[in-house]
Amino acid sequence: MLLFIAFPLVSVVLQSVHTPHEAVLVTVETCGPFGCSQETAIDQDATSALRTSEPLGRFVGFDIYLDRAHLAVGEVKEAWAVADNWDGFFDAIGNLPFYRAMAFTLTFTFTVTPILIIFGLMIALGVNALSEKIKGVVIFVSLLPMIVTPLIGSLILFWMIDSRGILGNAIQWLAADPDLSLKASTILTWVMLIVYGVWHSAPFAFVVFYAGLQTLPMDQIESARIDGASRWQQVRYVIVPHLMPLITFVALIQLMDNFRVFEPIVGFNAEAHATSLSWIIFNDLGGETRQLSAAATSSMLTIFGVAILLSPVLWRTWQDFKGKS
Amino acid sequence: MMSSVANRYPLHLRALIYGFILLWVLMAAFPFFWTLWGSFKVELDFFSIANWTNAITGQNTFNTYGSSFTDTGYLGAWIQEEFWRSAINTSIVCFFVVCTSLTIGTLGGYALSRSGYRYTFWLLITALIFRAMPPITLVSGYLLPFFEWNLWGILPTTIIVLVAINQPFTLWMLHSFFQSIPKELDESAKVDGCSQFQAFRFVIIPVMWPGVITTGLFSFLLAYNDFAVTSMLLSDENRTMVPKIAAFLGTTYTEGNVMFAVAAVVSATAPLFILVMFFQRRIVSGLTAGAVKG
Amino acid sequence: MYLKNIALASAVAIMASTAAHACNISARVSVVGNEFPAIQTVGAGAQACSGGDVSTNLTADHQKINVAGMSGNPAEYTSAIIANSSIVALMNNDVIRPLDDLVAKHGKDLKKNQLITINGKVMAVAFMANAQHLVYRDDVLKKIGMEPPKTYENMLAAAEKIRTAGIMQNPVGGAYKAGWNLAQEFNNMFLGYGGSHFKDGSAQPNVNSEAGVNALNMMKALSAYMNPDFLTHDSNATNAEFRAGNVAIMNMWGSRAATLVDVDGVSAEVKNGMNIAGPMTVGGGNTPASTLWWDGWTVAKNVSDAEAEATFIAMMNGIDPSILKDEEIRKQAVWLIDGYSPTDAARGVFAAAQASTIPYPMLPYMGLLHTALGAELSDFMQGKESAEQALSDVEAAYIAAAKEKGFL
Repeated sequence: MLLFIAFPLVSVVLQSVHTPHEAVLVTVETCGPFGCSQETAIDQDATSALRTSEPLGRFVGFDIYLDRAHLAVGEVKEAWAVADNWDGFFDAIGNLPFYRAMAFTLTFTFTVTPILIIFGLMIALGVNALSEKIKGVVIFVSLLPMIVTPLIGSLILFWMIDSRGILGNAIQWLAADPDLSLKASTILTWVMLIVYGVWHSAPFAFVVFYAGLQTLPMDQIESARIDGASRWQQVRYVIVPHLMPLITFVALIQLMDNFRVFEPIVGFNAEAHATSLSWIIFNDLGGETRQLSAAATSSMLTIFGVAILLSPVLWRTWQDFKGKS
Repeated sequence: MMSSVANRYPLHLRALIYGFILLWVLMAAFPFFWTLWGSFKVELDFFSIANWTNAITGQNTFNTYGSSFTDTGYLGAWIQEEFWRSAINTSIVCFFVVCTSLTIGTLGGYALSRSGYRYTFWLLITALIFRAMPPITLVSGYLLPFFEWNLWGILPTTIIVLVAINQPFTLWMLHSFFQSIPKELDESAKVDGCSQFQAFRFVIIPVMWPGVITTGLFSFLLAYNDFAVTSMLLSDENRTMVPKIAAFLGTTYTEGNVMFAVAAVVSATAPLFILVMFFQRRIVSGLTAGAVKG
Repeated sequence: MYLKNIALASAVAIMASTAAHACNISARVSVVGNEFPAIQTVGAGAQACSGGDVSTNLTADHQKINVAGMSGNPAEYTSAIIANSSIVALMNNDVIRPLDDLVAKHGKDLKKNQLITINGKVMAVAFMANAQHLVYRDDVLKKIGMEPPKTYENMLAAAEKIRTAGIMQNPVGGAYKAGWNLAQEFNNMFLGYGGSHFKDGSAQPNVNSEAGVNALNMMKALSAYMNPDFLTHDSNATNAEFRAGNVAIMNMWGSRAATLVDVDGVSAEVKNGMNIAGPMTVGGGNTPASTLWWDGWTVAKNVSDAEAEATFIAMMNGIDPSILKDEEIRKQAVWLIDGYSPTDAARGVFAAAQASTIPYPMLPYMGLLHTALGAELSDFMQGKESAEQALSDVEAAYIAAAKEKGFL
């Protein structure tokens, strides 16, 4: 298992500080079904000598981290020097791929995570109060958003919210605007992705909280009730503290997953309006020429981002640990 | 036990709860039932670009087949495209991924939750960092060595990779569950003369099932729904269901057959229905009997 | 979409027809490639050979695995089926071998124009061609009294007429999905305006030019007649609009023309009205605003000579002229194989080739520019920034990528 954990990490770190050798280009005649032309190609003999001497490529340190496709330090400095007000500065920054992706990713992470935790908890409490007979069916149905393959799930929803689909029509009718299209507006696309994010992940929070509710100490609830606690107070002071480790866990996993948001962007064809770091990696690796170093650097930035995001949760876990030993 | 609690709710609260759950059930199930309904239509009706009511009435399906329902999607996916092969592959992958990750996760999670050493914290953090890495980067890193060692394209490789990707999650989740089981339980067992392993065997195992089954469910769903790993690491004949469904959708060059994909999605959900019904009973009823009472 | 029955029918047809040409090989053959029907046919033809194990892995993800699968020694794949855009990645990584000796020994029947030669060495054998061209509704154009448009300016005029006549609200279709598709439409338009992507003989980008700005403005003008969600429409979605009768004129891939209206449930009006023509020009230029593509196969470098020879023989069997006897197979693609006479659906691609449309550039760094275009042009299409700003963003993004890959 260590092999699978350590090896990729090391290789990604190495890849992010190396780039391929400078290509030796030559102009050659290329012929095909549609005639001949002069085209540029790589001189393999000259390049292969370079490759064998340094198989990892050129060492470039943190150059890739700082280039335009990533932290874009030079561009940010220039924007700072040129802009006369904050608006101009943010416009210039928002035009850089990394910051544009961060704007969406952070908005998505910090709206979806709290909403889905509250939503999941509400469903869990609700289902727990249902009668035994219908519990089974409700649990199964609640899991459907998670079970239906995200690839197809988002495709189906994508069609339902099309301006001619059933949900799209319903929204047009509700908004009394026959030309409204969710897919053509940036703000509405963001809202759509956030709603999808909550819908897709709420079952996860629900199942974890529901399992946790099964171990709820009944005598504590009992004594709270005898002390005259209202139902809200029982939830607030007995149930939530009991579920706290699970809430922390769900927050941890969901912060991480939402920060790496990827499938909804591809499924909803939303790349014109919203991008994320994972989408940038996908884009770097998906072209005809794969940009491995750029993808490795974006992966490292994702890991740093997750580490910063989780630091409060991790701090808590660390405190628990120290308390224990 | 719980139903007695429910009976004690005042009427307005019960109405609120049932209303909320009904709303949620509608939200969760509607897209699925829409798909189920649409899977018996032709593509033009399913996507109903001309008029959304076509999806309900099946106008174009009627024009083509003389009936508002057709099973062409199902026949095409299962018979013509041999979708059952992918179904078998998926069952193999899911079974081994769930068993392996639960075994490692249960033992590891228990050990970590009962250990006060600092390295356990750092072990968990390492697991977390590994999980923070986007899977797509991992897979592209694996490709070259797998091809060189001739491991590419076969099911065991995919199973190991999925377990590796899934393990940090399983470890964390079971670790949290074991932490919610009070230490006093196994300590009192040890006072009674049990070894650490015996304490685990006789005291912890009986009470750990809700957590293990929930974790198992998520491991299962991960293996079942994975696309990034299975599409890149499996050869044509070893494909699992999800990449197979994706292949039905077509590319820039050629037309897909979306209805095959829709029929495949619906039929792939049927076995899950049985599975979840089975496990929810276990979660809800018997298992909580041995649970901790404060 | 790959339909096993088509592949099966092809295999049967091949077995029937190759009884005369026995195909015997003596080593392992393993093929990786895309999964559309024409390639399934070629794969099935290769598998008809006896004497050695022939396996194929035909998948839409072939581009993600072919370089890795051919880099080992010995390579997992002895052959990769690629297009003129994707051969570049194999060339850049030096994993395919020159085929001159094998062509001399086993490939005498190949037509000269099937051989892809780079620097005088045969690197691939092409077997089919593709291009984007005009697809239109004859009945709708007749109603407004217009000929099929020969230029994009005419297309705009036709679109305006159709809209004012109240026939369709958004009569123009286009695969303008942000990413690869949008960049490809820009390439078409840019070449149509006489642009060239790079400064002569170097990897310096040249898209922020007059031709680039004109191309973007034309795309913006067209998008006013498209469904407002055009940035989410790939070629599948665009075809779906056409089939539903919402679109009357569009620029579409030739490979899709044969089966465009074959889907269940398409109305007779759309079926009978659909017609195709060659690609359009733009801005008074003579070069069509389109690109030519070919698909072909290669042989891996890191395999033994015996395996390379077996691969060559098997792949030659896959593109044997006798496969064209089957009517279904003839319709699958615009074949470059000897003895192919164009079907009705192939007219558009043939017209594109005759009008000297420019082939998609086969340059080591073209893929990087394509990716940069795909990511940066959507802001302009949404009206968030000027054409000049969008194109300078493209160049900046490309330069960052090209520096990383060592081209600049």
